[in-house]
Amino acid sequence: MAENVTPRVRVPKTAKAGEAVTIKSLISHTMESGQRRDKDGNLVPRSIINRFTADFNGTNVIDVTIEPAVSTNPYFEFQATVPESGAFAFTWYDDDGSVYKENVEITVA
Amino acid sequence: MRRQLLGAIAMATVSGLSLAAAALAADEDPKLVVNGEIEMITRAPAPEHVPNFSEVTSGWLYRTEETQALQMDDFENPGMLNVEQAIADFNAPAGPEGQSCSTCHESPDVLRGVRATYPKWDEEHKEVQTVEMQVNECVTERMKAEPWDYDGARMVNMSALIASVSRGMPVNVAIDGPVAPTWEKGKELYYTRFGQLELSCANCHEDHYGDMIRADHLSQGQINGFPAYRLQNAGLVSVHNRFKGCVRDTRAETFAVGSPEFVAIELYLASRGNGLSVEGPSVRH
Amino acid sequence: MDYTRRQTLLMALGATAAALVLPQAARAAIDEAVAAFTGGAEIGSEGITLTAPEIAENGNTVPIEVDAPGAVSIIVLAGGNPSPGVVTFNFGPLAAEQRASTRIRLATTQDVHAIAKLADGRFVQTSSEVKVTIGGCGG
Repeated sequence: MAENVTPRVRVPKTAKAGEAVTIKSLISHTMESGQRRDKDGNLVPRSIINRFTADFNGTNVIDVTIEPAVSTNPYFEFQATVPESGAFAFTWYDDDGSVYKENVEITVA
Repeated sequence: MRRQLLGAIAMATVSGLSLAAAALAADEDPKLVVNGEIEMITRAPAPEHVPNFSEVTSGWLYRTEETQALQMDDFENPGMLNVEQAIADFNAPAGPEGQSCSTCHESPDVLRGVRATYPKWDEEHKEVQTVEMQVNECVTERMKAEPWDYDGARMVNMSALIASVSRGMPVNVAIDGPVAPTWEKGKELYYTRFGQLELSCANCHEDHYGDMIRADHLSQGQINGFPAYRLQNAGLVSVHNRFKGCVRDTRAETFAVGSPEFVAIELYLASRGNGLSVEGPSVRH
Repeated sequence: MDYTRRQTLLMALGATAAALVLPQAARAAIDEAVAAFTGGAEIGSEGITLTAPEIAENGNTVPIEVDAPGAVSIIVLAGGNPSPGVVTFNFGPLAAEQRASTRIRLATTQDVHAIAKLADGRFVQTSSEVKVTIGGCGG
């Protein structure tokens, strides 16, 4: 598992039924592109977050395929519809096989 | 700002580039408010000891709208990830007695105000101390642990944490009393030409702020935003590391991080920004 | 040094012409990536927006936003990079809008392309030039 990988998401605590909410996500990750060379001139192997998904109560919101051209600490912002109270499940997939998860609840008033 | 703006546009036109003008087409007097609550002072009347400026300005003002936006919300400021790492370190016991920063300082918040007054005189050691030197004093003398690398990730992160709790407070560094000789030394270094290009700090940051240099918008070289998250490095950069970059760009052998020369320059530069808000960790290109 | 209006115009034309000469390799890479996404289908130009800065102070972190109402997925490509793929957004049933933002790496000044696959199977595309300033002292 890569070092210091911390996922963060920002989701409103409450929403109206059917309302669109803005979600922001960020994960600390170097996103080693595989293009960079080290001091000895050897290529540093690629090591990136290659996929990010967001689901709400088991239904998909967004599924992102990520290439090395996405910046260090990958950031995504998108809009989700919240039909009822429940939980968002966010998942990041690392090249090294690690999977990082974060769940955030939201209450529909 | 209008003078600088016109200057930059004139220069861009002369060189046949529309690049610079477009970069400056953004809001001419933007306000830096972080998280919708911390109001930053990005322009202040120049302190008396900076006679060649009428106004001191934060480096934030010289960036594009996109870069500026990254500093306006802690969620979007990648430097805040380093601050989070430092909070873990703040509470982690080290040394033979198992002490942590939080043994003495209950929480990072109690250090609010510290960043604004550094570098400052340390009576016990009879020297001008930077925040990094003070941290290492705590680490070695109180915690009896091994000193941290002056420019290592741990130190830069901790320095960002200490700055972050003072954000918005005006820099207020003392220049008189026992620090006066160090301040004078810093001032002398500021106006000394270094390297094959024979450039002093002042040649760029006093004589030409607001102009373009190497397709880049030159700032006053204020240090109130350090440590800074630099997009170019995709990481936090300490102020001494930045000094090294500047001296290197003059094609000179640089002083070392933590050296007496850089401590003196840091004190002098910090004082030139007296009145601007502590912004660290800022976001720059 | 002063340039006459004519000289300035000529220089501007020269710069435009230079920008149009996309290196062969970059164009081929883009064409290939587009074909992989569309299966060679015809591509329209209405109904997709790509927001990117005209000038990026640093190619390491360039904020972009894509928006294509009704899209199933949107792919972002950058032909001037070592490989053209950047990101693909696939929108699920609970996406309130088919709009997303991220931050990307651009190796050099280039056109960034966004192509959306719409729910009815059509494809639409747009592109936006981002000038990447290189060098600078960073102060």
